[in-house]
Amino acid sequence: MLTKRLIACFDVIGGRVTKAQQFQDNIDVAPAEDLAARLYDDQIDEIVFYDITASAQKRKIDLETVRRVARHVFVPFTVGGGIRSVDDMFEVLKAGAEKISVDSMAVRTPEIIREGADAFGRQCIVLSTQVKQVGARPGIPSGYEVFIDGAREATGLDALEWVRRGEELGAGEIVVNSIDRDGTASGYDLEITRAVADAVNVPVIASGGAGGVDHIAAGLTDGGAQAAIISSILYSPRFDRNLGVRELKSALVEHGVPLRPYLTST
Amino acid sequence: MIDVIDYRAGNSPSVIYALERLGLECRLVAKPEEITESERLVLPGVGAAAATLDSLRESELLDALAQRVQRDRVPFLGICIGLQVLFEHSEEGDTPCLGWLPGRIRRFADGLRVPQIGWNEVRFTRSHPVTAGLPDRGHYYFVNSFYADPADSGDALGRTEYGIEFASVVAHDNIVATQFHAEKSGSLGLRLLADFAAWDGRC
Repeated sequence: MLTKRLIACFDVIGGRVTKAQQFQDNIDVAPAEDLAARLYDDQIDEIVFYDITASAQKRKIDLETVRRVARHVFVPFTVGGGIRSVDDMFEVLKAGAEKISVDSMAVRTPEIIREGADAFGRQCIVLSTQVKQVGARPGIPSGYEVFIDGAREATGLDALEWVRRGEELGAGEIVVNSIDRDGTASGYDLEITRAVADAVNVPVIASGGAGGVDHIAAGLTDGGAQAAIISSILYSPRFDRNLGVRELKSALVEHGVPLRPYLTST
Repeated sequence: MIDVIDYRAGNSPSVIYALERLGLECRLVAKPEEITESERLVLPGVGAAAATLDSLRESELLDALAQRVQRDRVPFLGICIGLQVLFEHSEEGDTPCLGWLPGRIRRFADGLRVPQIGWNEVRFTRSHPVTAGLPDRGHYYFVNSFYADPADSGDALGRTEYGIEFASVVAHDNIVATQFHAEKSGSLGLRLLADFAAWDGRC
């Protein structure tokens, strides 16, 4: 059967992985290629890489770091940040990524989703969303609003309407990133994750807030997600103790989550 | 030397990185004259069957590929769409394909989450030199909305379940192809690539 995925997420600044709390106060962790190599060796299922300052600095994505990471990663590798056109996407794919993550840019110019899917296939385009619980009101019937630009700008878009639109336009996967939970280690926002999983027919990825095995298990079962983005738990210096993929997987299997088995003789 | 076909809709860089990691000599090829002497060919792929075939046609690679694989019988590995285009027809955009293997490419049934994205189990149903180093059951990374339905069930080498059971690895004479991304399937995928690189094209 198709298993659930554990995706390590890198917020990259200047070629180094950093760790934020609620999209702020990034602290330095390690060079991206070193952490990627270590997690690949530890059998992470997938890696996603966000060049988090590219958009704000109005520059192109750091292709050199993408290339260096790709050389160490023989599991799927998604890249986002500062992508404004199909040509930008092509550059990132040529550098060794197989999926492109679009977020704020897609809210401003939704057609970028369709153009990317037409050029490279739906499976290539991951729509990442920053969502915040704001309470149901006219225009936001789900009570969750989409934000952009590092959670700074409200868009007035309803989260569920936006993900349905994204799927229609050609997104192959949807990331639900809870602004309220990001970096808090208090667990994924299961309510919106489940609502998105019910609203779309493409795979859904839970993100923001995983602090322990119970949180990941909940995201992948009650939350209805096909994959879980984790970062702090793997490598945050703010955590007293980080867990390896092997440890995580053996605990998650106890929770009944189907996963790619950890290979002991490779 | 392993020649990896390069075209816009492909993910050829990932395949090159994987082969380089294994210490294998490889290069990207994009012109017909570059493959007339190929010793070993890989056709990677992502995206749609029609776009892949159009792209190969525009680069005038189709005839050269057919000659080298069908006539000269050099070892050939197709990956993902590189598997699907080998069959006669794909339901994706009602697309006639190469027809090197008898059978059709079908869409997963409604009600399943598509694309299938993630690690799924492959169960090998017979032995083959390219998969001899792999466990009888193992997980590999899939991204697909369509699957192969070979007319000759003997062409199936591995099977996987997603709603239905489908042929996730096929092999016929000098051709081997995987629906999963061997270059993105961790150590098992790398092992398959290494064994393909050492294969003489015979079963």
